[in-house]
Amino acid sequence: MADLTTNFAGIPSPNPFWLASAPPTNMGSMVERAFDAGWGGAVWKTLGEPIRNVSSRLAAIDHGAQRMIGLNNIELITDRPLDVNLKEIYDCKKKYPKNALVVSLMVESNREAWHEIVKQAEGAGADGLELNFGCPHGMSERGMGAAMGQVPEYTCMVTEWVKEVATVPVIVKLTPNVTDINYPAEAAVKGGADALSLINTINSVMGVDLDSMVPHPNVNGKAAHGGYCGPAVKPIALNMVSELARNEKVNIPISGIGGISTWQDAAEFLLLGAGNVQVCTAVMHYGYRIVEDLIDGLNNYLDEKGIASVSEIVGRSVPRVTDWGNLDLNYEVVARIDHSKCVQCNLCHIACEDGAHQCIDLVKQDDGRVFPVVDEEECVGCNLCYLVCPAPDCISMVRIDDGKEPVSWRELNG
Amino acid sequence: MTKKLPKDQIEKNFSPIDPLMTKAEAKVESNRCLFCYDAPCTRACPTHIDVPSFIRKIATDNLKGAARVIFDANPIGSTCARVCPVEALCEGACVEKTLVEKPIEIGRLQRYATEHVTTSGKHIFEAGEPNGMSVAIVGSGPAGLSCATYLARLGYKVTIYEKKPLAGGLDTYGMAEYKMTQKDSLAEVALVESLGVEIVVNTAVAAEETGDRRPETGIGTWSASDGHRGSQESEIRNQDGDAAQSSVLGPQSSSAPHHSSLITHHSEDAQYSALSTQHFVSFEDLCERADAVFLGIGLGDTNDLNIPGEDLEGVIDALSFIERVKTRDWESAPLADTVAVIGAGNTAIDAVTQAKRLGAKKVMMVYRRGREHISAYDYEYDLAKKDGIEFVWHASPVGIEGNGRVEALRCRRNDGSDEEYTIPCGMVIKAIGQQKQGAFFGSIGLETDEKGRVKIDINRMTSRENVFAGGDCVNGGKEAVDASQAGKLAAMAIHEKLTGETVSFAGAGGLLRISRREEREDTD
Repeated sequence: MADLTTNFAGIPSPNPFWLASAPPTNMGSMVERAFDAGWGGAVWKTLGEPIRNVSSRLAAIDHGAQRMIGLNNIELITDRPLDVNLKEIYDCKKKYPKNALVVSLMVESNREAWHEIVKQAEGAGADGLELNFGCPHGMSERGMGAAMGQVPEYTCMVTEWVKEVATVPVIVKLTPNVTDINYPAEAAVKGGADALSLINTINSVMGVDLDSMVPHPNVNGKAAHGGYCGPAVKPIALNMVSELARNEKVNIPISGIGGISTWQDAAEFLLLGAGNVQVCTAVMHYGYRIVEDLIDGLNNYLDEKGIASVSEIVGRSVPRVTDWGNLDLNYEVVARIDHSKCVQCNLCHIACEDGAHQCIDLVKQDDGRVFPVVDEEECVGCNLCYLVCPAPDCISMVRIDDGKEPVSWRELNG
Repeated sequence: MTKKLPKDQIEKNFSPIDPLMTKAEAKVESNRCLFCYDAPCTRACPTHIDVPSFIRKIATDNLKGAARVIFDANPIGSTCARVCPVEALCEGACVEKTLVEKPIEIGRLQRYATEHVTTSGKHIFEAGEPNGMSVAIVGSGPAGLSCATYLARLGYKVTIYEKKPLAGGLDTYGMAEYKMTQKDSLAEVALVESLGVEIVVNTAVAAEETGDRRPETGIGTWSASDGHRGSQESEIRNQDGDAAQSSVLGPQSSSAPHHSSLITHHSEDAQYSALSTQHFVSFEDLCERADAVFLGIGLGDTNDLNIPGEDLEGVIDALSFIERVKTRDWESAPLADTVAVIGAGNTAIDAVTQAKRLGAKKVMMVYRRGREHISAYDYEYDLAKKDGIEFVWHASPVGIEGNGRVEALRCRRNDGSDEEYTIPCGMVIKAIGQQKQGAFFGSIGLETDEKGRVKIDINRMTSRENVFAGGDCVNGGKEAVDASQAGKLAAMAIHEKLTGETVSFAGAGGLLRISRREEREDTD
């Protein structure tokens, strides 16, 4: 049994799995049920001046028969009175002293307002604070959320305000709706943040109802862009997390967020530099119970790898991420197709033919059967055939080692 | 009188064996398809329906588009979705079968898509601009319907002659009721009619003009539809003579320039009726009036056993039995407590399962050889086993015993002992294959091969100029889907012969000319 406990920026947690600030952490009874289910921590749904929400609020994108590979939300921060939330936070922390209870905050761009809310959250017993600089819809129109996260100077300034009074760790939650995630991250560090969390949701329009021709989600005949999350955003989040993990100026812990549904997803975030992970959409889809396999699967993975503690894998793959210009131009792989495992769907052929480099031909064999055959001279090793092949272990990418020394574009071009 | 099962139980027993997919099922199943390129399923389909294409359209909720892909390559795609031996064809070739032993349910998906059109009255194809030429088609079974569809799409005026009261041939009269009902078949016929194809029912084609236009000689030797059964034919003929009906139909005249005097069958309001009047039209007339003739007349009567007692009451051929079941008049369907079905092909399976489902207590399949030699598909055999059918192997029927009615079937054991024994039973169903149509083809002067199948040349034409043929009467008896493909290729051949212009339809590829493969596969 591997050690799954974490200490994220000074906040201890029984495991690296936290619920992200979102509908699943809307109130005390929900967070308590989540802790009962096994979640290590939770970031309370953002506190602030209570707002009024719209109906409807959510829309999703399906892929084939798979529901909700992406979700978007136009729900705003909490719509509950502040004192009710604070009381429930207090009760919850008292009842679950070992779980990490972080409170997400968002108020107007006013120093006193920030000081006030920080003190209130700490007074309720919060283990840490998360500054919501990422909400991309609604609140950003009022100068909050992403409106703060998209301007590095604001990010720095508000972080500084918070740090003036905060006594618990301060996590700054970043928006991905920027051209370069390094700028707001560095600004948060400059402002004194103890940790970063990312990504918040991505600006999105989920689709259009083809009958009414109104985009989703329909609010009395109109729609507004929302925040995109769910499995489909994971690669974007992984990139941003790994960029910050590689950034020497960002020397504070990172909480990874974005499409995490399985222990494998979580392990990937940890390997690319996240100190823990936060989950939302998968819980909105399947409930708190998914944490059982997140814990079990990660534990079994670590055991099988002979790794004693989850902290040992944090950032382990970061050195494997580099700029394109450093990649070895002399490394060469080609596709090999094992005809004994081929099911003759010919997807490799058509994918290569129309989408790659025309080097897989359908060739009639001596027994009359037609199989895809790779022209290794022409194969550029792009992986496409390997990616589309549905048959396990049928196509493998094999290294052709001609003994050449590695050389990168940077080296060739000084 | 054999006691049948309660009506609601029989209805249940004859409800569709594969129910129509729900939208949820279709979504999951269509999304399981890998969308193979040059897909094995498409290659395995005799009409080469672009299966991945229609399944992808189902996945995108483009059901009309999916149905179009299907009917474009196979005008009886709705029938085939229900009755095709998919395990041996498309689903047998499915990559998902190789991968996970669970092929995509192509047949059921195909039904899901086609039903969207057959039940909604949506139009998929339009008749072509009239080209001034006409084609007469004999037989409204799979081959005839297919050929008619493509010719109508090309602008031909097409008239189908069907000797039965309902169009559709074996699609209408010969499919096990739990696979496909007459209503299903007629909905598909209506699609063909929507292209302007005229179907003249209750009208047989005879070798030549006879005085009373009811040539006794022509009848017993051939049939005008894939679905002909001799005994049924006699009933219809003998009950002919309803004066009022005759006057409505008008006099038959060989010089009639059009066929409008003949009753035209409209499938939507068609009722099975044994009282229908039988009319005749001469083959020479057809040849004279039409620019080309296509013969899709199927096979003839069920083969005789040629053993004593065959004329006893309670002996029936399988196709007649199935036809009676298909009226869904369960009360009058012939049955006994103990039924012996002779034969081990797919028609024999249809007979045993339906006898059992009507309420026969004991149903046996009697076959002269062993399990390993049966021609029924494995899944058909499994179906019979599930229905509790008993199998009597290595038994050659040598006589049927009884006093006016069947009481027992006498068999000889084929285990070298030649021992004879009797199987008590109240009904004997013959399912030992159908006769070829050699006599009819001989009577209209067409060359046949040694097995009585009409000969066609490399351009799908018979020995007579502009007379084409396809389906069971050419191949000796295969699946409906094979007949459909034959009808399609014949339509292409007819068009090329009449206009000099080459056309190709979906799933025809370069197959216009008879291929060596087709000849090689012809194993009858």
